[in-house]
Amino acid sequence: MLAYILRRLWQMVPTMAGVVVLVFILFNWVGGDPSYLLAGKMADARAIANIRAQLGLDEPWYVQLAIFARQIVTFDFGNAWATGEPVSHIIQTRLGPSLTVLVPLTVLETTIGIALALAVAFVRGSLTDRLVMVACTVGMSISILVYIIVFQYGLAYKLGLFPVQGWGEHFTENLLRYATLPILIGLAVSLAPTLRLFRSFVLDEVGQDYVRTARAKGLAERRIVWVHVLRNAAIPIITYVMANLPALLIGAFLLERFFGIPGIGREVILAVERSDFPVIKAITVYVAAATMVFNLLADLMYQAVDPRVQLT
Amino acid sequence: MTAPFVHHPAVSPGLWTLAWRRLRADRVAMASLAVVCVFLLSVVLSATGVVAADWEDEVAVNYAPPTFVGPDPALAALAQPPRPVPPNAFDPLAADIAALQAQLAHQGHAAHAVKRTTLPFGADKWGHDVVRKTIKGGQTSIVVGLVAAFLAVLLGTLFGALSGFYGGRVDDFFNWFYSVFTAIPSILMILTVAAVLQTKGVLTIVLILGLTGWTGPYRLMRAEYIKHKAREYVMAADAIGASSSRKMFVHIFPNVSHVALVQMSILVVGFIKAEVILSFLGFGVPVGVVSWGSMLNEAQNELLLGKWWQLTAAATAMAVLVTAFSLFADALRDALDPKLK
Repeated sequence: MLAYILRRLWQMVPTMAGVVVLVFILFNWVGGDPSYLLAGKMADARAIANIRAQLGLDEPWYVQLAIFARQIVTFDFGNAWATGEPVSHIIQTRLGPSLTVLVPLTVLETTIGIALALAVAFVRGSLTDRLVMVACTVGMSISILVYIIVFQYGLAYKLGLFPVQGWGEHFTENLLRYATLPILIGLAVSLAPTLRLFRSFVLDEVGQDYVRTARAKGLAERRIVWVHVLRNAAIPIITYVMANLPALLIGAFLLERFFGIPGIGREVILAVERSDFPVIKAITVYVAAATMVFNLLADLMYQAVDPRVQLT
Repeated sequence: MTAPFVHHPAVSPGLWTLAWRRLRADRVAMASLAVVCVFLLSVVLSATGVVAADWEDEVAVNYAPPTFVGPDPALAALAQPPRPVPPNAFDPLAADIAALQAQLAHQGHAAHAVKRTTLPFGADKWGHDVVRKTIKGGQTSIVVGLVAAFLAVLLGTLFGALSGFYGGRVDDFFNWFYSVFTAIPSILMILTVAAVLQTKGVLTIVLILGLTGWTGPYRLMRAEYIKHKAREYVMAADAIGASSSRKMFVHIFPNVSHVALVQMSILVVGFIKAEVILSFLGFGVPVGVVSWGSMLNEAQNELLLGKWWQLTAAATAMAVLVTAFSLFADALRDALDPKLK
């Protein structure tokens, strides 16, 4: 087990190096010279030379790459260009609000998704099943923007059931007051694709021999679904949810932007709007690292739920 | 009694013929194909200037409501031509303005033409016809989706072919490249590239989506090439001295092209959605180009004023197209790969 984890971590090294080089190439060659951006509209040659020296842009490329690598390892990306706030501080403070929305959203989405998938998969081929699947396809076709605009306007602005936007100081206030509508909209958007996927996982199981055996020995259908099938369908579901967590952190950027939640996703949008390269670079690199780690965790979890799986 | 020994030189149906037969038997598939074709036709017509070329004409009063709602009394007053101003002896510019107005009227720009108070589906902030605007916006969004999906599948096929066919070091290199691209969540990748490419434009969005979306097609095409390179027909091609690139793209590709087509149809849906989000955020189409995303952006503020029609038009057009396209993509996959079912 330990040997497996160590080997997987070792395999991440070239991938991580690739991510670092890719981000470096994007921002240092494709993106053009940021000193013109920073110097503003009334730039003179001295100011630009000064900024270039500060950013290390006069150094050869390998020195610049080394500077970037050191920033990643020491978690010190300097200050954001737009606000002067340290990048590490931005990431630390924005993580909390993001998680306040994402953790309840993921938990609700997964449990409701599993329950509905089991219910629908057991009446597969019936009218109910087909109607639910058509509803899912239609629901997935409506842009997430439309969901957010309409729900925010209808439920928050018109009916006043929720605050239109905002964020407070206390966790409970944020969770119960400001995060409720974003979580509900997130559920409305993500339940359709989740249900479709989980249904296919469950369908892979209901045709298995053990289900027939369970039926043959006279178990109640309810017990077969909730004990036997669920246990087995949970394996791909758990790995899917785990492996997708880091992507979700960014994926909620539209919710965070519309509802003024100071999270990581909104920070990425702001940074793209302001060409605030240090923030984007830092978030990209760390989210990539988190994706790899969570993929490993998903595989480890896979073995924990399914003793048949041997990690070698 | 029929003669059992007569030899019928029957042509056995190919993959595409069989797939088309299966597709034609599927009523949902044919209906969704028809809807997709209507949208594609509107794209062609609007791109060639037959329809919606004049969407920027301010044909109605600002925010003219849809006909079925009826004219807005507050706005209808604006539609009347302004009363002629009594001549003012003290206005030094009066003569110049009169000359300019005469000139405009002469050029056909009826400066005080009566603007319509309602339109079939309303007007936006500037009095543009929402129906024409939706068609024009659809042109941008659909073209971006199609071209970007083509680019992504092209790259994915090329990389997958090289990787699967040659194996070894080449395969290792592309697998590493794949693992790097998949380590970064696609939406973050898209936003990062958007931040780096400072220029806005239709070509930029196509490049952003195409250059970041090749990983899915790559994985499948690589698997197909690994499967096919050991087949007898490839060995036969080898025996007659076909070059590697000929084997890859002339011999193998037609046999795996259905995978590429299915991948493309799936990507188009995702890319249309992505374009709408990018343009909404202002990272997509430049000012002056209309797309469903930029329409939603305007509509967001209009909704607060109670002007819901532009939002409804853009959202409905997009939802109908995406639903039809997804249903068609599913049916296409089932028709081309019946084993998957």
